[in-house]
Amino acid sequence: ITCLVMYLFAEFDDAANLLAANPDATTISIDEPAEIPKNQHGRRQEPGREEDDELLGTDDSDKTELLAGQKKSAPFWTFEYYQTFFDVDTYQVLDRIKGSVFPVPGKNFVRLYIRSNPDLYGPFWICATLVFTIAVSGNLSNFFIHLGKPTYHYVPEFRKVSIAATAIYAYAWLVPLALWGFLMWRNSKVMNIVSYSFLEIVCVYGYSLFVYIPTAILWIIPQKVVRWVLVMFSLCLSGSVLVMTFWPAVRDDNRRIALATVGTIVLLHALLAVGCLAYFFDAPELEFPAPIIPAHNGTTVISKSL
Amino acid sequence: FAGLADVSISEDIPVEGEITVPVGSHSPDEDYSTLDEPVRDTIMRDLKAVGKKFVHVMYPKKSSALLRDWDLWGPLVLCVSLALMLQGGSADSKDDGGPQFAEVFVIIWFGAVVITLNSKLLGGTISFFQSLCVLGYCVLPLTVAMLVCRLVLLAGSGTVSFIIRLIVVAAMFGWSTLASTAFLADSQPPNRKALVVYPIFLFYFVISWMILTFTPQ
Repeated sequence: ITCLVMYLFAEFDDAANLLAANPDATTISIDEPAEIPKNQHGRRQEPGREEDDELLGTDDSDKTELLAGQKKSAPFWTFEYYQTFFDVDTYQVLDRIKGSVFPVPGKNFVRLYIRSNPDLYGPFWICATLVFTIAVSGNLSNFFIHLGKPTYHYVPEFRKVSIAATAIYAYAWLVPLALWGFLMWRNSKVMNIVSYSFLEIVCVYGYSLFVYIPTAILWIIPQKVVRWVLVMFSLCLSGSVLVMTFWPAVRDDNRRIALATVGTIVLLHALLAVGCLAYFFDAPELEFPAPIIPAHNGTTVISKSL
Repeated sequence: FAGLADVSISEDIPVEGEITVPVGSHSPDEDYSTLDEPVRDTIMRDLKAVGKKFVHVMYPKKSSALLRDWDLWGPLVLCVSLALMLQGGSADSKDDGGPQFAEVFVIIWFGAVVITLNSKLLGGTISFFQSLCVLGYCVLPLTVAMLVCRLVLLAGSGTVSFIIRLIVVAAMFGWSTLASTAFLADSQPPNRKALVVYPIFLFYFVISWMILTFTPQ
């Protein structure tokens, strides 16, 4: 038996000597699988795609892709499966919110902050906060606008909470669903570098709605100009987050379809803001004195009928 | 496994214990004590437990009595009384009025369930019903605030009464949030505490808003 062991050791020595003599021989190493595809990707890189890499952050997206593949492996009927969507710490949520409010030009929100760890905490609670903020701010603003009038009786307008909830949650979940379906369909026709999972799209939409919360609070100010300036400003901020996220996903497509997609995203976002402003917040301008107009109409009607 | 070969129990440590499970030694006494006792004793025991928990909420110390023996009687009583007191705040049209009974009920229970699910999904170690119990009991300061608001509104509904109501509701809102955080925060992972406390803050804020904006017809 000792002779067999000695023979095996001699074999290993030979192999080591061979390797020392010929260091360029391909050796199979199984510890860093992410290194090999990254090097190949680096060699095939064209100079025009550099900005895509900045947007995509491909330096560690390969590793995170592999890690993501290992993460969500619990079957969907167990509680642990849903716990993987809440695997965020406080500082991560705060970072993502900061990234949605201060979009850095050229940086993709999904690659930079989400990094294959989409969470449902942010979208859900930001939407809930937005619902109540809009309802409460609308109520307060109407109260201040109508404050001095003798015929005004304050009403809490509680029905508007359920309307706000339906509108905002439908926007935050159905629009990402439609967008994801659309991107999947285009992906089957045109090979895109970037494709997002459904949860990542929900995450981007949820966090992009955060900037509407301080906007809704500031909408209490009963000046029309101020309100519209706020709408434009918040639309620019959150719209730019969405555009910078989704432009790389459609840029390889037909030019018109890409522009139409991005345009639709921004349009729907604007519709949400304007719709909330119009429905929940009464107009702040003074009403015209009422008696003049009906009397004028009345006399006109009477004269015509005569 | 070479290390385990050295392990052996020395001869002079006695290994002893009982294998038989004592069955039926005192269960007849227990049956007697809860089945044959007067109804008043049964009811008073539950009422005392609920009352003790109310006291725990008003003076929140880090005691585990609220968590260990959870019950949902207290939250039910509080929720129903709060929803009843918020009734009658309607306006000219039904659509613009305050919340109806069903809306208050659903908001409180559905809100408590969602917060409990949220804390469990974030990795909390508290059980589902314990968390519901704590959140329900901590509505007590806000119910007291509602009572005070209704009494103040009986006296008048001008600016002074509004300021009094605002101060009372704000103080009770702070008390509720602090009480529930004191009970629930320990069972959360340390770097996610703020993520769990924020929904509780939002929940009591919504209830406080409903109380503050109550205007009698």
